[in-house]
Amino acid sequence: MGKNMNKLKHLFAVLLLAPAFALAAGTEVKLDRAPIDENDQASLQRGARHFVNYCLNCHSASYMRYNRLRDIGLTDKQIVDNLLFSGGKVGDLMKIAMDPKDAASWFGAAPPELSVIARSRASHAGTGADWLYSYLRSFYRDAERPTGWNNTVFPNVGMPHVLWELQGEQVLAERKVQGAGFEKTEHALKLDKPGKLSPVEYDQMVADLVNYMVFMAEPARASRTTIGIFVLFALSLLFLLAYALKKEYWKDVH
Amino acid sequence: MSEQDTDQGKRQFLVAATSVAGGVAAGVAAVPFVASMMPSERAKAAGAPIEVDLSTLAPGERVTVEWQGKPVWIVRRTKEMLDTIRANDSQVADPKSQKKMQPAYATNEMRAIKDEYLVVVGICTHLGCSPVGKFAKQAETFDPNWQGGFYCPCHGSLFDLAGRVYKNKPAPDNLVVPPHKYLSDTRIVIGEDTKGA
Amino acid sequence: MASAPKEPVQFSGAGPLNAPISGVLTWVDQRFPLMSLWRDHLSQYYAPKNFNFWYFFGSLAMLVLVIQIVTGIFLVMHYKPSAAEAFASVEYIMRDVPGGWFIRYMHSTGASAFFIVVYLHMFRGLLYGSYRQPRELIWIFGMLIYLCLMAEAFFGYLLPWGQMSFWGAQVIINLFDALPLIGPDLSTWIRGDFVISDATLNRFFAFHVIAIPLVLLGLVAAHIMALHEVGSNNPDGVEIKQHKDAKGIPLDGIPFHPYYTVKDIVGVVVFLFLFFLVVFFMPEMGGYFLEYNNFIPADALKTPPHIAPVWYFTPYYSILRAITEDFMLVLAIGVAAYVVLIWLTTRNALVKMAAPAIGLVIIVLMKGGPLAIEAKVWGVAMMGAATLIFFLMPWLDQSPVKSIRYKGPLFRTALSIFVIVFIVLGYYGTQTVTPAGTLISQIGTLIYFAFFLLMPWYSAMDKTKPVPDRVTM
Repeated sequence: MGKNMNKLKHLFAVLLLAPAFALAAGTEVKLDRAPIDENDQASLQRGARHFVNYCLNCHSASYMRYNRLRDIGLTDKQIVDNLLFSGGKVGDLMKIAMDPKDAASWFGAAPPELSVIARSRASHAGTGADWLYSYLRSFYRDAERPTGWNNTVFPNVGMPHVLWELQGEQVLAERKVQGAGFEKTEHALKLDKPGKLSPVEYDQMVADLVNYMVFMAEPARASRTTIGIFVLFALSLLFLLAYALKKEYWKDVH
Repeated sequence: MSEQDTDQGKRQFLVAATSVAGGVAAGVAAVPFVASMMPSERAKAAGAPIEVDLSTLAPGERVTVEWQGKPVWIVRRTKEMLDTIRANDSQVADPKSQKKMQPAYATNEMRAIKDEYLVVVGICTHLGCSPVGKFAKQAETFDPNWQGGFYCPCHGSLFDLAGRVYKNKPAPDNLVVPPHKYLSDTRIVIGEDTKGA
Repeated sequence: MASAPKEPVQFSGAGPLNAPISGVLTWVDQRFPLMSLWRDHLSQYYAPKNFNFWYFFGSLAMLVLVIQIVTGIFLVMHYKPSAAEAFASVEYIMRDVPGGWFIRYMHSTGASAFFIVVYLHMFRGLLYGSYRQPRELIWIFGMLIYLCLMAEAFFGYLLPWGQMSFWGAQVIINLFDALPLIGPDLSTWIRGDFVISDATLNRFFAFHVIAIPLVLLGLVAAHIMALHEVGSNNPDGVEIKQHKDAKGIPLDGIPFHPYYTVKDIVGVVVFLFLFFLVVFFMPEMGGYFLEYNNFIPADALKTPPHIAPVWYFTPYYSILRAITEDFMLVLAIGVAAYVVLIWLTTRNALVKMAAPAIGLVIIVLMKGGPLAIEAKVWGVAMMGAATLIFFLMPWLDQSPVKSIRYKGPLFRTALSIFVIVFIVLGYYGTQTVTPAGTLISQIGTLIYFAFFLLMPWYSAMDKTKPVPDRVTM
């Protein structure tokens, strides 16, 4: 049996590993890890402001209520004064006036609803945050696209680079990589015209924005983990009692 | 199985302790389920405080606005109306409106912050029908000597122009005054008031 | 079971409330078989004393059923079964309903937990021969519960109305297209529209929240009644009822209550610990419990680049995908070889005649040129057969012993390989199609069916160990 099991384990390992080799040959874009901290309220608040300023004109977040921003440390008054431009109420949803049908005819596709985008963009390549963080930093000038912009993470994307004034303009540069016994061409993004922000500042700004979008995708996340710790602790205590009870009764069974 | 070396005391203690702990756990687990049936954020947002502009409301007239899905009446009372209310004190069940947990500014004869404006939830305190405004002083089928006020068609409760219920009517209490405050002379907010007022 | 004579209930222990409590119990018992139910199913239901780890999963399956029903009731209070509102109503539950996220995560985690628990429960049956005579009906009821569970999961998965909901249902419903003659009409009838739409969502909702749960509850009751009629099997696979004391109580039996109730409570607490670990800390479970693409609202015009069913369906999904046109030849050869095996080993004249005839029909339908049915249909048929073949276990297993403890190396090896193949098929079902993956799935499919179809031979010729007379601890 032991020998058999070893052989089986071997077979099992080979069967499971086969696709890993296949994947390694694929051409998936490597995502940068998003440097976000969901407990950093200042970053979340900056991100909320960026979101309202830059995203919430074309994209809606129609499952998200403004007053949920209390969870990231804002008061109702701050929300009304700084983030609610349309004179709506603090309990309103983050909807926009643009009709999705109009938007579809202007942009080719309706801009997606962003409430849960950070959850839907997760994949085996990285978290949704990684994807958004990489995507928002990977626009480059491409004269062949109707918008004049393309993106290495989202090829032929419909959205123009809304943040270009901040980031500047990138181009896709080719460069030859010499390795031991091989030579290949790699494409790399290069900042061609600097924007208002330095690359470090821009990355920080995008990180704040992504941090907020992760929060918005699941506002209950913070309370979920806090409650979770209590629940697991309580269950551990209950386990001790239940186990003692079982032991006590099973003394009878020989 | 042998019964000789069982410690019944320990056994009973463990049964009791596990039952209590399990019961508490089940009770706590029930909290989110019970809570989920309370008004949601959407319901709260829909029931948020509302602002009303009173500048266009003529004396002796009423405007009905919706707050938390309920009708709220605002009546701009004339001097004559206020006089009938004063004369009515002996007819109504709770003339100074001291009985219920009303906002402090409604525990007076006129049941108002400013005598001129009556702000009440237009729902009868008996079984929840919405009374009808009968402001004119004239003989009515339900009261030949009617002084003006509100009449509930469901079970015949009568309220005067301060929303005070008449004696010996089915409704137990005066009409409810919602929390409200004045932003200016003619703008009010219904649904919130100044803290501690 | 003989019902005991009705007598005043004795309430054990001392305390001021005893008299009124036993008074009420007696009053009820004279009008309803409360105490005899209690005795028959708990306090005097004698279960073998040697249950091990694998025996926790029956009671855990009951627990998950209760969790799903309770959370489901509360979700229905807020969910809107309409194509226009479903996705938003789920997010409404996640955000606006107090405690809504907790209830929803319990339900979504519960769906996967249900299958984990049920797969382990079924594996226990395979390990210890719990399907063997006289427990065939328990096994059949159990398999029906499993089929209901798959239907329940399938209908429920459409309800969030995300991309995976939509396209998953699209693919599965299109399987019915494959059926000869009625296929296309049948799938249109199932959808109630030409595509998956509001009408489909509404009927799936009806099936998910009432029709299937009702059947499920009935089957669970039947499963337990059948179990308590014949008594539980155990890791030794010996019948404890063969050795009873003077009072007729099995010598190796212990009352289910209190011994197994206190033991199962420990199992429940450990299970809940793991369950809430997922609910609170990893509700998406890496995209396996809640698929990432399902956070995109359903879009009939855009298929996600990679669609896979939820993990609990993927072994069967792999089998479906393994059946390609090329593979039909292999299958036909397999059928031919199987017929030869039956013909050579059977002594039954009827079988000797029928097997080649049936085999020939199948082979013609597989590879018979103009008479052949297309591979897509066979894929659906094989997938269906892969789930239904479990029903035959009581008759496929010809071993003289029940438990794996006393079965020989052939059965042990076969079962080990089967479990590995089931997992490997499940794994490839979650992956995008690659030539290597398809080949492995095809090999896996052959092994999967060989495990069942060859069982009458290898289980009979296996070298078994002697079974003890009484259970071992």
